[in-house]
Amino acid sequence: MNISLCILIINRGIFMQRTIKEAFKASIPIMMGYIVLGMAFGMLLESKGYGVIYALLMSVFIYAGSMQFVTINLLTSGATLLSTALMTFLINARHMVYGLSMIQKFKDMGKRKPYMIFSLTDETYSLLVGSQTPEGCDEKEYLFFIALFDQCYWIIGSVMGSLIGSMISINTTGLDFAMTALFIVIVVEQFLSSKQHVYTYLGFIVSICCLIVFKADAFIIPSMIGIIIGLLVMYKGGQRDA
Amino acid sequence: MHDLLLIVVVAGVTLLTRALPFLLFQKKTNPVIEYLGEVLPYSIMAMLVVYCLKGVDLLSGNHGICEIIGVLSVVLLHVFKRNTLLSIFGGTIIYMLCVQIIFI
Repeated sequence: MNISLCILIINRGIFMQRTIKEAFKASIPIMMGYIVLGMAFGMLLESKGYGVIYALLMSVFIYAGSMQFVTINLLTSGATLLSTALMTFLINARHMVYGLSMIQKFKDMGKRKPYMIFSLTDETYSLLVGSQTPEGCDEKEYLFFIALFDQCYWIIGSVMGSLIGSMISINTTGLDFAMTALFIVIVVEQFLSSKQHVYTYLGFIVSICCLIVFKADAFIIPSMIGIIIGLLVMYKGGQRDA
Repeated sequence: MHDLLLIVVVAGVTLLTRALPFLLFQKKTNPVIEYLGEVLPYSIMAMLVVYCLKGVDLLSGNHGICEIIGVLSVVLLHVFKRNTLLSIFGGTIIYMLCVQIIFI
């Protein structure tokens, strides 16, 4: 009785070890990106006078790449909580699409489900959506560890960036451009991989008009409202495929 | 204190956007929400580029020369190499060199 129990426990251990190993392998493509981008985030945050605790707090509890960069701006410009909430909602609205396509996959995740939902970033989504659980692995654990490894990379990167930024004095003038570059890359990528560019044009036109009319400090909320109205008009107009 | 509250708001709303589909659409989906979720990222990302460049003054100072060089480098790098990290860091380094060395 005791021996068979021991064998069961050992077997379970080997099984888990294999699952963790496979999940780690699957997460490697994200590792470089998250560590390097996380470091840029940490350094930028540190250069604005927010130390390693802030980097850690944000990467543990917010855990959203582009939004964390925007949060640095919100912090330094002293944005109101309401405009912060609005901005966060719209920037992260794309997560709703990810969620929609994960409802089935996360159905039986049990007690890991809340973490799976919390940690559903663009990159983790891209891994999970195409994931095939390798033979001899527990699917639930496999998906969970992929998500967990990804967040670890992001946390390690941002903490490292913050520490490096505080120890070595580098002239960080212009480092802010990393955020601009990140968004430009996303737009170019969207532009190259989609045939319908009308939504991108709408975003540029509405926000540039609002920038001219409302000026730099107040244009973001009118832009967001304008974009939503524009998109809804286009929906009514029957333009549906992206 | 405001800083911490702001982080709490960002964290809370981010979680909300991630959890909403699981809370609302276990069975049926709303076509308008689905449509917005699909197309909003295109417009919002364009808006964020404008947001990042909102402080650029084309009419005085350096006339945004470094920004123009930086944006062009990122776009060209990405179109030709299609490597996200290379585009971001290549562009950022070019921009940093421009603001730190050429235009002090």
